Formats: sequence, structure tokens, C-alpha cells
Amino acid sequence: MTDRKKEAREWSRRQMLKTSAAGAALATAGSPMFFVKNAWAAKFRNDPGSSSSITLGFNVPQTGAYSDEGADELRAYKLAVQHLNGEGDGGMLNTMTPKSLKGNGVLGKKVKFVTGDTQTKSDAARASAKRMIEKDGVLMVTGGSSSGVAIAVQGLCQENGIIFMAGLTHSNDTTGKDKKRYGFRHFFNAYMSGAALGPVLEKEYGNQRKAYHLTADYTWGWTQEESMRKFTEALGWQTTAAVKTPVGAGDFSQYITPVLNSGADVLILNHYGKDMINSLTQAVQFGLRDKQVNGKNFEIVVPLFSRLMAQGAGENIKGILGSTNWNWSLKDAGSQAFVKSFGQAYGFPPSMAAHTCYVQTLLYANACEMAGSFYPPEVIKAMEGFKFDGMGNGATEYRAEDHQCFKDVLVVRGNNNPSSQFDLLEVVQEVPRSQVEYDAAIFGGALGPYKV
Amino acid sequence: MDAIFLQILNGLDKGGAYALIALGLTLVFGTLGVVNFAHGAVFMLGAFCAVTTQHLLTFSKKVKDEGITFFDAYKEVPYLEIWWGETGSFIIDYKVPFSILLAVPVMLLIGLAMERGLIRFFYNRPHADQILVTFGLAIVIQEIVKSIYGANPIPVPAPEIVSGSANIGILLGLGDSVVYPWWRLIYLANALVVIAAVFSFLKFTTYGMVVRAGMQDRETVGLLGINIQHRFTVVFGLASIVVGIAGAMYTPILSPDYHMGMDFLVLSFVVVVVGGMGSLEGAVLAGFMLGVLQSFAAMNEVKAVFPGIDQIIVYLVAVIILLTRPRGLMGRKGVMED
Repeated sequence: MTDRKKEAREWSRRQMLKTSAAGAALATAGSPMFFVKNAWAAKFRNDPGSSSSITLGFNVPQTGAYSDEGADELRAYKLAVQHLNGEGDGGMLNTMTPKSLKGNGVLGKKVKFVTGDTQTKSDAARASAKRMIEKDGVLMVTGGSSSGVAIAVQGLCQENGIIFMAGLTHSNDTTGKDKKRYGFRHFFNAYMSGAALGPVLEKEYGNQRKAYHLTADYTWGWTQEESMRKFTEALGWQTTAAVKTPVGAGDFSQYITPVLNSGADVLILNHYGKDMINSLTQAVQFGLRDKQVNGKNFEIVVPLFSRLMAQGAGENIKGILGSTNWNWSLKDAGSQAFVKSFGQAYGFPPSMAAHTCYVQTLLYANACEMAGSFYPPEVIKAMEGFKFDGMGNGATEYRAEDHQCFKDVLVVRGNNNPSSQFDLLEVVQEVPRSQVEYDAAIFGGALGPYKV
Repeated sequence: MDAIFLQILNGLDKGGAYALIALGLTLVFGTLGVVNFAHGAVFMLGAFCAVTTQHLLTFSKKVKDEGITFFDAYKEVPYLEIWWGETGSFIIDYKVPFSILLAVPVMLLIGLAMERGLIRFFYNRPHADQILVTFGLAIVIQEIVKSIYGANPIPVPAPEIVSGSANIGILLGLGDSVVYPWWRLIYLANALVVIAAVFSFLKFTTYGMVVRAGMQDRETVGLLGINIQHRFTVVFGLASIVVGIAGAMYTPILSPDYHMGMDFLVLSFVVVVVGGMGSLEGAVLAGFMLGVLQSFAAMNEVKAVFPGIDQIIVYLVAVIILLTRPRGLMGRKGVMED
């Protein structure tokens, strides 16, 4: 009995010591993590930890209807990585304000990248992004030339807690009803195109017009048509018909022949990439631009234009009005610095897709520097409401409510007298940001949580 | 009325391409009994004969572009224009018609090589084996073309003189809104000429007569001492030429890429099934008929009643034909029937 009491006392002392140690450990673990250095280490997906490099995922269409844009996006990404790592002439790192980047990678870590092919298909794009996140351990996914793809990948990134910096996506839905906390869009959208084009269309073609829409049958096409109808009908234009066409149809002739006898005097092509090149070329082949209807010259409008498309459409683009996010001919210091870097590297100027992807990469890297961490919620907070300049398009803001960038929009026309092989778009008007702004609530949607 | 006329014309124009591809498919099936899934790839190879011709004619020298001051940019000036000026430009402008000269011998050789090198080993194998091997061959051809020319469509414009549209409404006494692109009219005329040439060859030449006899009863023709296999090999080459010309001439209508054959292959098989497996007349008739139906289905008035009908009309017709007349419109009794 005496021995048992002794054992119990000894056990008690030992237990006391153990309990104290365990209690201290628990107390430390239970304390708020922000008191500890590198508190977020290994607390988020693909945390680089003490690695000397970080990996970004460039998910672009290397095949499919938008592959030209994809190839140019990839060129821009490679240039952005060079500039972030302190190689080359620095490009927009020399003009961006305010800037936290130092030209030594991001937070001292060298930037590496992996690439994927979205194939301009949502399922292929998601599979590619998933591979990047799970196998390659990317910190951020960026790229794409289709809104269908952007929305699909953006959703995947939100689920995985990986930031998605959208490439070329113009649908209102990307930062509207389908917006996500982890998704950011620098590119303008269909609503802004309509708002910018409306007054110019009225000035050039008057307010007594009948419009016929051919529309790519997916999210971007629908919102582009909706926005163009909203702004042209507000001018007094009538909409004769709005016809959906399959993406990648190739031959649009069966959709163009009904236009000839429809009574319409304007054809609005809500197409992009190869589809737009094919539909515009075929519309011109069918003699639409030589027609007179209702006593007026028949006109074709392409709401979303790019130099690459102008190149593909050749002579057919001359004189046609549209809108664009950016053009290499802009004279501001940021644009010129980027064009010079890109031109020296590749022998031709960048497209608007290349511009937006380059800027997005720099903005993400800059936000990491501002946050002092790669922890996504902190990086997101650094980007929300961020105001910057010196990256083309004048003073720009990443609106916190919907992660949409607001900046000046260009209304352009296919150049009738190009001074060089690349001088294909003439800037008709730089529409100020104030004219294309709107209330974030009109498109609905919710950003979702910071922590996933 | 004008709208209907235009849709008919558009349908015939589309149907011309379908008929040419289906004609080649049917020739091969009717003679060799092979279901050739590589036929679409051969159509694509024909289109790439035009691309190759364009590349050869526009082989260029790099000249500094003085219009660019930001960086050193270069533009390409074809040697033909440097050497021969206007004449060089003229030759380059007519690259698509010139490409036919390249397409005929090249496609004949490709056809013969395919038949002798691979397909003849599968004559006595089940159709499933034939489909698998020809489908595999199509993928190999596609990947080879992709590795050489890349994945992007390559524009091959028609000659400048026929790049616009013809005001056929005035010629036919219809409204002046009835216009149609010149090149599409040329394509339709070309399709009709090639179809007529193939039928004439089979109908009015002794060689063709023997081939037709072989299609009806191969064994009896063989017993007469005729090497029918040799003639069928030549027919395979002929089918390749037909589809190759169809591909080369199609390039100004649709910029070719490595995948274009697959897009047409599915439609062409539907055309063959609707027309009747092994029936040349059926293939041509079904090609034009489905082209016209597809064009009409895209009319707004039709789509208002049947939304989305333009996407499914061809397959809907195929389903109806298979349910009600499995041998197709002009197929021989017993083919595809129990």
C-alpha cells in the first residue's frame, strides 16, 4: 500500500511535468499565428516556403480558334518573367507607378513558369489548370482567350485557393454574375465596348439604322450582343435579327445569305478570333460592303477588334469600326516601353492579348511584394482597389467590388492607309474611363470568401 | 423568293464539297469494300497541296520595314516579285488554280501508296479492323501535317479577279440583292465538272466499264482473266485525286488547318449512308440534298419554329433514313439491310 502511494506520488510529479510541457506546447499552438514569423508557411496551397523560386502557370490556347492570341500571350508572359527576374530592358517595370517590384524576382524568389494548352475548350482548360495546380505546384494561373474558358478556370482556381489572373476575356459575366474572389480581369468587357462604341456609331452612321447581329453562341457572344443591342437601341437603331452561330463554324455562308434580304443596313459581328476572320471575310465576299440598303451604305461593325484579327482578315478590315483594349501605336511611356521590349524580342509589335497578359503578370507580382507574402488572401487584398498608372490606358483601378479594371477604352477603325505591315488599326477615339464605368451591382454575382 | 434562291445556291455550293468527298468514299467502298476513315485526311492533304504551292510561290527575302521605328522589323518580299515584277505577282495571285497541277500527281501517288502500303492488307479483315486502321492512319497524317505547318489555319486567298461577288440577280431577272461570291460559284462549277468526269470515266470508257463490272461481281470479272485488283488500286488513286481537288479548291472558302478533314469526314459518312453505301449516284444526290437542307435550316424563319435545327438537320435526316430505308436513298437492296 505504501509502495503504491509512493508510485502514485512519483507518477503525479512526472504527470505534472508532462502536463505542463504539453500545456505550454498547446498554448503556443493555440496562440494567433500572426505573432510567429512565416506564420502562413505551409498554410496555403502551393506555398513556396523556403524554396528559392516560385512557379506561375500560363494556360493559353495553343490550338483552336483563338490560337493566334494564345501564341502572343505566351510571348508576353515569357517577357514578363524575364523582366521580373531582372533580365532584359525591364519593359513596364520602368514606367509602372506605384511599384513595389525590385527586378529580383518576387519577394526575392526567382520566377519560373509552366505552360498549358486550353485548346479554347473549357474542359481542356480546366484539366490543364488542374495539372498545373496539383502537379506543377503553381502559385497563380493566368491566360486564356475565351470567356467560356476564363469562367471555367476561374471557378476551379477559387475552389483550389489559387489566384487566377484572367487573360483575354471580354464577357460581362467574368466579373459579373460569375465573378470570384480569386479571379481578376485587367481586360475590358462587352459593356464597356458598347458604351465606348455607341456615341461613335451615332456620329458615323446616324441614329436611323437597322442592325443584324451574328453572335458566337457562348457566354462572351451573348453578353456582347446584349451590350451592343442596349447601346445601339438607345441611339434609336432597330435590331432586325440576332442569330446565334456555333463557335468554330468555319463556313458562315448559310448565316450570311439571309442578311442580304433582311432589310438591315448594318451587320454587327459578335465574333472573335478565327470566327471573326472567317465571318468578316465571307461577309465581304458576299458583297455586303458594296450594298446600298434603305438609301444608306451597308456597314459592318466588329465590336471587339484586335490587330491579330486585322492581320488575318487582310484588306477586308479596312474602314471597319470596333473597340479594343489597347493598341501598340499608343504613345504613352508604358505602352512604348512594352512595344520596344516585345518588338526587340520577337520582331513584331504585341497584340492587345499580349499586353493584358503581360500587365496581369506584373500586377500579381507587384501585389505579392505589397502584401509581403504569397498568401492568397493577403495578395487579393493588395490588388483590390489598387490604383496604378504607366501600363498603357492611363490611370487604372482594380475595382474591389468585382475585380474589374477600369481604364480608358479605344475605339478603332481598320486602317485605310497603313504606314507599315503592322499599322492595321487607326485609333478613332480614346474613350475616357468615366464614359464606360458602371455600377458593379448591375451584373449581380458574388465574389465569395477570402479563405477557401 | 430571292432569299430562297440564295439558300438553294448556298446549299448546292456546300453540297458540291460534300458530294465530292462522298463520291471518293463511295468509290473506295464500292470497289475495295473498305470503309476508309482516312478519306477526310486525304481531303485535308489536297488543301495542303494549295498551301504548299502558296509557300513555294511566295518564298521570300526579308527586307527591313522602314515604317517601324521602335525596333528592327522585317517584311517578306517574294523572290518571284523581285525577279519578275508584275508577272511574278500574277503567278502568286493564281496560286489556287496552279495548285491543282500539283495536287493531281501528288494525290495520285499518295492514294497508290496508301492502298499498296497499308490498306490492301485489310481487304479480308472485318470492317471494324478497317475502320480502326484507317482512323489511325488519319491521325498519323494529321499529326505529320501539324508538325510541318503548325496548328493554325493558313489563309489561301482566291485570285483577286474572283475575290468579289457576282450580281446574279440582275442576270436572272431577280432582285439586285441576289449576289453570290465568284469563287463559290467556281467551286460549284468545279464540283459538277469533276463529278461529270468521274461518271463519264466509269460509264463511257472500257476501263470504267470493267471497274463497274468488278463492283457488281468481282469474282466473275477475275475469271475472265482481268486483273481487277490492279484496276481497283487505280480507282483508289482516282478517289484520292477527286477528294484532293475538292480540298485544294476549298482553301479560299475556308482556311485549311490540319483538322479540317475530320470535320468533313463525319458529314461525308452521313452523306454516304443517306445516299446508299456503294451507290455513286446516291452519294452525289445525298451530298447536294443535305447541303441544301442544311442551308435552309439556317434560315431565321425555320429556326424560329425549330430552334437549333441548323445544328442537327443532317443527323436527323440520317436517323430517319436509317430507320425507314437502311440501304439509303439509292443503295442496292441488301446493303446495310438484314
